[in-house]
Amino acid sequence: MFVVNTQSNKIPGTYIFDGAMAMKGYALNRMCYSFNSAESRKKFKAFPDAYCRSYGLSREQINAVTDLDVLRMLQLGGNIYYLAKLTGIYGMTVQDIGAQQTGKSIDEFRAMLLAQGQLTE
Amino acid sequence: MAKIVGALTSSHIPSIGNAISSGKQNDAYWKAFFAGYVPVVEWLDAEKPDVAIVVYNDHGLNFFLNNLPTFAVGAAQEYMTKDEGWGLPLFPPYKGYPEFSWHLIESLVEQEFDIAMCQELVVDHAFINPMRLFWPGQNPPPIRTIPVSVNTVQYPLPRPSRCYALGKAIGAAVASWPGDEKVVIIGTGGMSHQLDGERAGFINRKFDELCLEALVSEPEILARYSILELVREAGAQGAEIIMWLIARGALTGKVSKIHSSYHVPISNTAAGVLALANQ
Repeated sequence: MFVVNTQSNKIPGTYIFDGAMAMKGYALNRMCYSFNSAESRKKFKAFPDAYCRSYGLSREQINAVTDLDVLRMLQLGGNIYYLAKLTGIYGMTVQDIGAQQTGKSIDEFRAMLLAQGQLTE
Repeated sequence: MAKIVGALTSSHIPSIGNAISSGKQNDAYWKAFFAGYVPVVEWLDAEKPDVAIVVYNDHGLNFFLNNLPTFAVGAAQEYMTKDEGWGLPLFPPYKGYPEFSWHLIESLVEQEFDIAMCQELVVDHAFINPMRLFWPGQNPPPIRTIPVSVNTVQYPLPRPSRCYALGKAIGAAVASWPGDEKVVIIGTGGMSHQLDGERAGFINRKFDELCLEALVSEPEILARYSILELVREAGAQGAEIIMWLIARGALTGKVSKIHSSYHVPISNTAAGVLALANQ
């Protein structure tokens, strides 16, 4: 049998959203998908904990959500395309998320982006 | 028969839409980026294609993980925009071309691409932003559209070689359409970037430059990568370059470069645009 194991092809600092992760994060991602609706965003923001529970998130996932801890949410099965809808509620840009995950200040993170765009040769 | 006059590939970063909406095209941060689209807009003005096949990846607007096709083709009269969660502006619907869509669908399945078929499909920034860049100020743009959505959310993602083959099949489908329309194929996403994980902010200029060259004359080079190799080289979301590969695959004539531009960073992405003519 031909088996592809995406987790064994480990790329450092990278979360491959395969079937195992999708099962783990289904409730979390399903909640984030609901944030396409302004009404849902409003309900969530008023009572985050209760909203998370109504989608069946685990206590660990709820804590990661209320802490806005992106790495933790990824480890618990969150997918960035959906998580971005959650972080957007709090006005976090993708640069803010990047800075948080890499432990850099926003200025340090921007400097890193710029540096990688420079010609090296 | 219809003819594919060219392929346009472009990044689709959400903040591009905000910059256009707030008229920031000449701000220091944006100026060089928007300047990169001027020659492409001029080419479109001269060429005036009738139909755009837009290959993009849905970011959790139309599709969720409960029911997620690898490849999906729109067959609607029109394609609506909808709230994606960040309060981006909504636009009048994009005009469809269902007769051509069904021809494409039938031809693709005949060529053994068993795609999903959508008589309703809402399109997100990955579709909208390139349209706003290529037809500035025209909402909707003066062109009939056929969206092709590609799964880049849930692994396994389609292999680059398969994406390239899909592009070729789209090219064959267009060639067998009895109408005499001019078709442009658009591939959106990329270039190198990674939003998630401790490796967030990863950009690889060298690999992006390889893509911009290989897509002109030797797309097979990219088709030989695996998805995980693309992720390693271009970052987690840099794998979106598969949409560019599909667009390139549809060009079966003599391919020449009209224009390319590359700019780092927009948000946390290496932004690129490439326009290819197909003769």
